[in-house]
Amino acid sequence: MASIKELARKEELFTGGHRLCAGCAAPIAVRQVLMGAKTPVVAGCATCCLEVSTTPYPYTSWMTSYIHSAFENVAATVTGAEAAYKALKRAGKVKGDFTFIAFGGDGGTYDIGIQALSGALERGHSFTYVCYNNEAYMNTGTQRSGATPLGAWTSTTPAGSVVPGKPNNRKDLTAIVAAHNVPYVAQSTPALWKDLTRKAEKALNTEGPAFLNVLAPCPRGWRFPSDMSIEMAKLAVDTCVWPVYEVIGGEWKLNRKPKEKKPVTEWLKPQGRFRHLFKPENEHLLQAIQERVDQDWQRLLKKCGEEE
Amino acid sequence: MAKTAKKVAMTGNSACAEAMRQINPDVVAAYPITPQTAIVEDFSTFVASGKVTTEFVCVDSEHSAMSACIGASAAGARVITATASQGLALMWEMLHIAAALRLPIVMHNVNRALSAPINIHCDHSDSMGARDTGWIQIFSENAQEAYDNTVQAVRIAEDPSVYLPTMVLLDGFIISHAIDRLEILEDKQVKDFVGEIKPPYSLLDPDNPIAVGPFDGLHGYFLEFKKVQNDALESAKKVVLDVAKEYEKISGRSYGLFETYKLDDAEVGIVVLGSTAGTAKTVVDDLRNAGKKVGLLKIRLFRPFPAKELAQALSHLKAIAVLDRSCSFGAQGGPVFLETRAALYGQDGQMPVSNYIYGLGGRDVSKEQILKAYEDLFKAAKTGKANDAPTFLGIRE
Repeated sequence: MASIKELARKEELFTGGHRLCAGCAAPIAVRQVLMGAKTPVVAGCATCCLEVSTTPYPYTSWMTSYIHSAFENVAATVTGAEAAYKALKRAGKVKGDFTFIAFGGDGGTYDIGIQALSGALERGHSFTYVCYNNEAYMNTGTQRSGATPLGAWTSTTPAGSVVPGKPNNRKDLTAIVAAHNVPYVAQSTPALWKDLTRKAEKALNTEGPAFLNVLAPCPRGWRFPSDMSIEMAKLAVDTCVWPVYEVIGGEWKLNRKPKEKKPVTEWLKPQGRFRHLFKPENEHLLQAIQERVDQDWQRLLKKCGEEE
Repeated sequence: MAKTAKKVAMTGNSACAEAMRQINPDVVAAYPITPQTAIVEDFSTFVASGKVTTEFVCVDSEHSAMSACIGASAAGARVITATASQGLALMWEMLHIAAALRLPIVMHNVNRALSAPINIHCDHSDSMGARDTGWIQIFSENAQEAYDNTVQAVRIAEDPSVYLPTMVLLDGFIISHAIDRLEILEDKQVKDFVGEIKPPYSLLDPDNPIAVGPFDGLHGYFLEFKKVQNDALESAKKVVLDVAKEYEKISGRSYGLFETYKLDDAEVGIVVLGSTAGTAKTVVDDLRNAGKKVGLLKIRLFRPFPAKELAQALSHLKAIAVLDRSCSFGAQGGPVFLETRAALYGQDGQMPVSNYIYGLGGRDVSKEQILKAYEDLFKAAKTGKANDAPTFLGIRE
């Protein structure tokens, strides 16, 4: 595990000057993930905020090799490159080792890209899939995804008088990936830089498929001031909305247990997308959200063999 | 040379797989679908028995197949895949991207109808639906041509002036599943002919990292880029001929943009592609024996469409019938008809051009059906009038 000094001296693989919004947590996550690479990187990107904002032709923020082809297929595209690497290495046409990373947003991962992801995991390619999860289709103006939490306003789940925001719970993608029994699966967030850089190093240097689900708060879509992204990610961990854990060879391990589990309203309150939940008539929704978070947390503790 | 060639009996699918074995591509990413399945199965046995050194990626869908091929090709590998029908349709998005990223992927498409109703048999609606994706499209009449086209496709796709994906088309079941007699080249001949792929860029060059597929905004280079892409596809015409010439030297078999059959002194002629050309040739022979001056033109290269060359080859005819094995719904006729008539438009003494839709969903194509088209042509040659709308051959009313 590299110290912060060592990390600071690492070659920058992802440069500034990109067009991502002020306060966007995605580029922070990408930089922290790339710090784990020990060999030249081939990075793939699904169509998403990260993709459009980091490669406005003829510019690129990527000091690595980079490929984008479409929205739902970054896992297939990157594992195709990995297959080429295996064949060309065998034939002696390529020398040295490479690190293959696929980046996708939650839309490109939880929803439209889940088939390609599942297939790539099952085939056992050596690559890391990184989902930077901002909990909606932020690139196109905040439409709901399978990662959007219950009750959240999005442009396709507006908070109306009949339907108050998203009526469904998010899916547990990290557990779905873990069910593939791949060597390494983890959840993290750039707010915990030590946690994320350690997990990235582990994932990127694991033989076989690895998966990182990284919560990346979005000031525009979540409706909070752009200097609060890291704070929002921390609150997600402290309220147990976004627990950080890893699944190594099928063993679940909790990496951080908040000393005092904060009520979920502390995470919801600063976010404009949940504003309507604080109206008196929606109090039951706040309760439902808290109950869901508690249930998920209990289930996770059990999986990780932790005391309540 | 041809005299030493090995004569074998195999299905069209096996012939394609055999060509793939001899090419020994770096990566094959494929998903099985009727009637292409045997290509993937045969190739899997080559992988399992060590007859190829290919990295075989048996993916979760055709969309992932083409996506993985794109990743592999961008990484500098020689890549081949195969599909059919719904599979090609599922790839549709990625077909455009493979072409626009200028990746020389070679793919068999075993022609099959598109649903609904679901139908596993031959027609050309699948690959005709992909005709504007920027791929080179080469049609085959039989297993021999499917084999020969596969070997040539590698060279065409990878030519530095082209660098575009290439589709080899063969008719589902009629070619893919029928056992045919054909000649195959020696392994070494194929190996020498295809040589090594020489990608100008690769994802696996750490000294020269590249960005493939960047974002092009409203004020970007999109229009200019598309012009360049179209120019590259146009330039494939010359390469197809050059590669064919070279291939003739090792195989003894000659190929062009299209094949003409008894066309030079013909008064009327039929334009056709795929396996139906074989049936149509026997009708030409019958009519010739009866003293009728008929001929045939079989299109080999559909994309890029050899419009000028085709128009010249047909220019002396008094009437033309174009046979389409797919329907372009709501258009003035099938895709081959539209291309052919557009190619002929503006010529002096424009002859009538009629369109016939036939064989959809694997409906048997009889000599009688083709004979009907020729009989109509004799009338059209006299009256100077084509049919008003496509005639459906062999339809039950």
